Amino acid sequence: MFDLTGKCALVTGASGGIGAETARALHKAGAKVALSGTRVAPLEALAAELGEGAFVCPANLSDAESVEALPKAATAAMGALDILVNNAGITRDNLFMRMSDEEWQSVIDVNLTASFRLMRGVLRGMMKARWGRIVSISSIVGATGNPGQGNYAAAKAGLVGMSKSLAYEVASRGITVNCVAPGFIATAMTDKLNDEQKGKILTQIPAAKMGTPADIAAAVLYLASPEAGYVTGTTLHVNGGMAMI
Amino acid sequence: MSDIADRVKKIVVEHLGVDEDKVTETASFIDDLGADSLDTVELVMAFEEEFGIEIPDDAAEKIQTFGDAVKFISEAV
Repeated sequence: MFDLTGKCALVTGASGGIGAETARALHKAGAKVALSGTRVAPLEALAAELGEGAFVCPANLSDAESVEALPKAATAAMGALDILVNNAGITRDNLFMRMSDEEWQSVIDVNLTASFRLMRGVLRGMMKARWGRIVSISSIVGATGNPGQGNYAAAKAGLVGMSKSLAYEVASRGITVNCVAPGFIATAMTDKLNDEQKGKILTQIPAAKMGTPADIAAAVLYLASPEAGYVTGTTLHVNGGMAMI
Repeated sequence: MSDIADRVKKIVVEHLGVDEDKVTETASFIDDLGADSLDTVELVMAFEEEFGIEIPDDAAEKIQTFGDAVKFISEAV
């Protein structure tokens, strides 16, 4: 449906469930994809699965230098960088009263600061090309909050405000900046929940089921497409009706 | 006019879409030539590329007129 032939996309956290599925969707639509993550083996497996036009660009997003180098490496591999998907994210859940500075900071560093640095790093090429798509994976908890996730919710809400600010700055240059906010999606991150927690969550989802990585990938694909050129500064909630915002 | 000034003027004219005779020594990119703040960032990027130089952010902030740009670039190349 959406054609990304000739476009080059960098996906962070491509070793995870949502990241890998997003990379597959972009690649299927014709884009070259640079797969980033910390674990090289799953990235290489995904690159092998996708075949031509898939490149592995490992990076440690908690390390500033590694983040700065990533857009350059991805551009060198693909020849350009038209689409950035800030998908990488970590959790270090804890109750507020017990949360350490380290737990707070590590989540802010990877989920928010790395995204800022990557956005800054990709802008020059996009400004010159007069075309660009930046999509950041936020979360329903960035809008609703969640006990035990003060750090994660802060970072995910931060992505939304940051994206809106950048959207203002670069809208006139053909660059859109948006977020996708998944609800509860079946991934390794939500596998950590026990059956009781999952059962409780399901009662709050009108669709009565968890989402799949493909549900998120489809939303990213749309926002990355030429057809979404007039959509900027928005957050697309993909949550089965769990929060209608 | 020097070769550098000619090349700078060409970039300014092309990027901002202004008449060449408006691009005078003291013409301010923002006040006289209609640039917005993002235009000035893009102009600096274009200068860096054209002349193969790096213009640090603190220097870029001081480049406000056509004359400022020519002077900075003449010293940098």
